[in-house]
Amino acid sequence: MALEAKNIYFRYGRKQPWILEDCTLKIDRGERLAVSAPSGYGKTTLALLLAGYLKPEKGEILLDDKPLPAKGICPVQLIYQHPEKAVNPRWRLKRVLEESGKLREDVLDAFGIERAWLDRFPRELSGGELQRFCVARALMSGADYLICDEISTMLDVITQAQIWNVVLEEADKRNMGIIAVTHNKHLAERIATRMIDLSE
Amino acid sequence: MRNLNRRTQVVILTAFMTIILIAVFSFGLLIPDDAVVGSFLSAKQPPSLAHPFGTDALGRDLFLRTLKGMAVSMTVGTAASMISAVIAVFVGIAAATGSKCVDALINWFIDVVMGVPHTILVILISFALGRGLKGLLVGIAATHWCSLARLIRGEVLQLRSQQYVAVSRKLGKSGGWILVHHLLPHLVPQFVVGLILLFPHAILHEASVSFLGFGLPPEQPAIGIILSESMRYIQTGMWWSAVLPGLTLVLIVLLVDKLGDNLRMIMDPYSAQD
Repeated sequence: MALEAKNIYFRYGRKQPWILEDCTLKIDRGERLAVSAPSGYGKTTLALLLAGYLKPEKGEILLDDKPLPAKGICPVQLIYQHPEKAVNPRWRLKRVLEESGKLREDVLDAFGIERAWLDRFPRELSGGELQRFCVARALMSGADYLICDEISTMLDVITQAQIWNVVLEEADKRNMGIIAVTHNKHLAERIATRMIDLSE
Repeated sequence: MRNLNRRTQVVILTAFMTIILIAVFSFGLLIPDDAVVGSFLSAKQPPSLAHPFGTDALGRDLFLRTLKGMAVSMTVGTAASMISAVIAVFVGIAAATGSKCVDALINWFIDVVMGVPHTILVILISFALGRGLKGLLVGIAATHWCSLARLIRGEVLQLRSQQYVAVSRKLGKSGGWILVHHLLPHLVPQFVVGLILLFPHAILHEASVSFLGFGLPPEQPAIGIILSESMRYIQTGMWWSAVLPGLTLVLIVLLVDKLGDNLRMIMDPYSAQD
């Protein structure tokens, strides 16, 4: 049971330089991996590749020794850095959450999502409030792996702690694998069981 | 009016414009044919209280004839721009969601249609289909979808690259589901505004092609017909038979154009700050 990147190569366009060269990475269920690197080293690209949003030019992404499924709910879910871009601005947040399946009251409570927010539009909530919805949506989809691309970078520390506590608790309960992309060394040390640095 | 905010003012103004347009249209439709039968006793009269727009060379009341003509023109305009807008949506979505080859082909075709002057194309199509209402409708509908189709193609391309669409795909939603739930609702303002801004074009082309004699038959009192008839008598000093119906046409077209702009302001909050 593992999510695996096998010797992947990636670049944005034929004439562009390689972003990732011969990158190999393996994460088991229940493991929590922190990925750090300075800007421009391909952290987000790696996250997009692992979640199947991008296809590697060479090499392959394997989930339990099989390629990621092309149809149905993907067992690897990505959470973006900017929540306001990851929700449809014309949808009420109830609909945003329901896109991933049935609403789970326990997740809503854990994130401190007030029921009144469900009837609002995304622009009527703050970034931190919206990010809770994005994380909740990913958790409610029943994913086995969660890739968090700097999900707490723009939040205050209290909200950061709150979101991560819920994510880690849920991950323990369901034996999920987590890949956290982050600049924050202290955060990485707190949440991860293993750390890698792409610049090395 | 002063103490209302700008949005409310625009909404009220738009409602008022819509009422005027509907009034002109329904009044024009309700005028019976007998009302525009002329008598030579009252021929060539300048504007007066009894005949606000004067009478033509056959003694028909030009005010009633203009209104009746406006109703015909508006019917043609509405139908043609609706067909055009629907074509535009289909073509735009096909170009944006299809393969590169389909996209290139559609873009090339749009260039071709836009490259030929509209009026000539409308005349050709209308003439080939035996003129009359049908020929005119098809002609106008077939030539006016291009710019809106381009707009919608661009919009869909932009929407498809949004993160929430990518997320939706990863949550197991199909392309069709995403099209209906994520993309189409975003296209409604473009569609409605595009449709209304197409209308003035359609109505002007209808008038010009009828004026040139390739559109509606002479017994249908469309604005183009009235204007083209007036040309024969304008040298005898019957200025009213050309100026007043012409002005009415311009006014209605401006009204619809302004209505479209206002609707865009109401529906697209980003442009309201312009």
